[in-house]
Amino acid sequence: MISFSDIATQIDSWLNAQFDPTIALLIEGVIIGVAAIGLFAGLGLVLVIMERKVSAWMQIRLGPNRVGPKGLLQSLADTVKLLVKEGLTPSGSDKFLFNLAPFIAMIAAMLLLAPIGFARNLYIWDLNIGVLYVAAISSISVISVLMAGWSSNNKYSLLGAMRSGAQIVSYELSAGLSILTIVVLTGSLRVSDIIMAQENGWWIFKGHIPVIIAFIIFLIAATAETNRAPFDLAEAESELTAGFHTEYSGMKFALFFLAEYINVFIVCAMGATLFLGGWMPFHIGGWTGFNTIMDYIPSSIWFFGKTFFLIFVMMWFRWTFPRLRIDQLLNLEWKYLLPIGMVNILLVTLIAIMGWHF
Amino acid sequence: MYQTTDILVNETANDPMGQMVINVGPQHPATHGVLHLVITLNGETIQKVEPHLGYIHRSIEKMCESLTYRQFIYVTSRMDYLSSHINNHACALCVEKGLQVEVPERAQVIRVLMDELTRIASHELWWGAMAMDLGAFTPFFHAFRERETINDIMEETCGARLTMNYMVPGGVMHDIHPNFQKRVKDFLQLYKQKIHEYDELVTGNIIFQNRMKGVGYISPEDAISYGCSGPVARGSGVSCDVRKHFPYEIYDKLQFDEVLETAGDSFARYLVRVKEMHQSVRIVEQLIDNIPEGDFQAKTKAVLKLPKGEFYQRVETARGELGVYIVSEGGTTPYRIKFRSPGFSNLSILDHMTRGSKIGDLVAAMGTLDLVIPDIDR
Repeated sequence: MISFSDIATQIDSWLNAQFDPTIALLIEGVIIGVAAIGLFAGLGLVLVIMERKVSAWMQIRLGPNRVGPKGLLQSLADTVKLLVKEGLTPSGSDKFLFNLAPFIAMIAAMLLLAPIGFARNLYIWDLNIGVLYVAAISSISVISVLMAGWSSNNKYSLLGAMRSGAQIVSYELSAGLSILTIVVLTGSLRVSDIIMAQENGWWIFKGHIPVIIAFIIFLIAATAETNRAPFDLAEAESELTAGFHTEYSGMKFALFFLAEYINVFIVCAMGATLFLGGWMPFHIGGWTGFNTIMDYIPSSIWFFGKTFFLIFVMMWFRWTFPRLRIDQLLNLEWKYLLPIGMVNILLVTLIAIMGWHF
Repeated sequence: MYQTTDILVNETANDPMGQMVINVGPQHPATHGVLHLVITLNGETIQKVEPHLGYIHRSIEKMCESLTYRQFIYVTSRMDYLSSHINNHACALCVEKGLQVEVPERAQVIRVLMDELTRIASHELWWGAMAMDLGAFTPFFHAFRERETINDIMEETCGARLTMNYMVPGGVMHDIHPNFQKRVKDFLQLYKQKIHEYDELVTGNIIFQNRMKGVGYISPEDAISYGCSGPVARGSGVSCDVRKHFPYEIYDKLQFDEVLETAGDSFARYLVRVKEMHQSVRIVEQLIDNIPEGDFQAKTKAVLKLPKGEFYQRVETARGELGVYIVSEGGTTPYRIKFRSPGFSNLSILDHMTRGSKIGDLVAAMGTLDLVIPDIDR
């Protein structure tokens, strides 16, 4: 089996032998940056075509099928189209904030890629507070939405941004609480520790019903945090035309669009890491033979399989459910999800203290 | 028009409550056409809704005055384009009333069949668009799957898919296509196979019910005083089905129920329309095997002349009561013609029913009015 840490160590030692340590570190930074941007763009293209194909399948349509084999290059063609389109800045807008907002959305989404474990020993930065880092950075995206809505000088944008602000701030609590249940069980905020703790079974199987409840709450909160249907009030097109990005066009719009899909990927990757074991293959504690067979499937396939399964579930939500109203959305969070989440974390703490989990 | 808006804007500037005036339309996804709503908001709460009309006014009533009694029916297909058969039917009935022509029974049955198929198609479209207003896109395509079948049936017999122009004074323009009965039966079979999907996907959905229940309440008194008709009034428990109260053609011989709901909210109006589809299917089932033999058109003169006088005929379209009022001076063209369109009266209650609710509710309430803007503007 190829280990990614071996490759990284080899590159690192080669660079250190050739160059000054500072320059070597810089070069490594550039390599990682290019890889992250490449992954970012690649994921955006894949997720857009996936969403279009999934929605077409659910809506008895064919979906894009003209550009490339089975229409798989459609999103590439769309990107080229958006690149050459004029990026309009409305005359009444706050030009600086208006142009800054999409970049903040994109930067926040890119920063989130850092602590994700893509495969065994493949992390961009496995920092010791990885889960907290994700929770903290994901709140930055709301700033870009508010900025875009306010600076557009458009009433629809403003309404959409205000809705989005209330929504993301509220649902962050539930997402945080459900993440905490796993932190309590694992006893660590480091992503690699959380994954290693699932070596003899994923948390969703080991943690009894409270973890399943936490997983469901996490899915709902993650859907709301990424502003996707049925919680897409920020861009509810039948009410607010396009919400906070009504005035955006060309590549500035595309950045928002891309950031949304990367955020979907990140929350699904976090869900897969916390509850479904990340890159950890399907292990059953004690069944050594079975576990060895499972290990033959590469860890990156496990990770991407789980993540894309969760992404598919979120797309399924989007193409099935109608949208909630703003007061119903906040009721759901403050009256149902948050109290349930609080009681749930107490239960999980009890389980963790008593050692009742497998 | 601009004057009113200006006044509203100035009011806003001086208003300490921080009201906001927002123009929804004439190009906006929720208005399904060129309706322009000026909404006064306080945060997300609606304080006033002011519909502005006239963006698609084609002066159909005036145009009809210079067209003969055979010609003017074709213009009326463009009023309520989703129930063009029924518009044509109303005009044909009104002209027949003036001419005192007896329509052959075969033509009557074909007309009623077409009407009810149109009603199903119209409600299908409304059902999909309603779900789309609430943010669910998939139902739209499911509704169109069935609607396309009806359109294909229509295309085969009438040659058109939207503006049918099939009903003429004295009967229908030509006989039904030989495949008609078979295709309709196939459709009925398909419809029965798929109708449970509608309830599973939308009606039973908890988010959908929460969005619809208690929203856009219309009391029976308000429904009557605003002149609401069709499913909008029947959702408030006002019995107003023209097919029952003033039966035309063969409706008095048919077995069907007038669907009434008493809740008066958006969900009641939704249920009325869904159940009306079932009733229409029931009517089609009764007639499809019993189309009598005979002429499809009565013998009429080449040039129609209505006697001096006034003629009025009302029918039940998919949206409510459509009235056709013809004043004749005895010539080949009407002296004056007036349509009482259901959409106009139904729209007038929009402000009353949405005050104090959220923007999301406006969409949920307006969707159940089933507005077709060319019908309102004419």
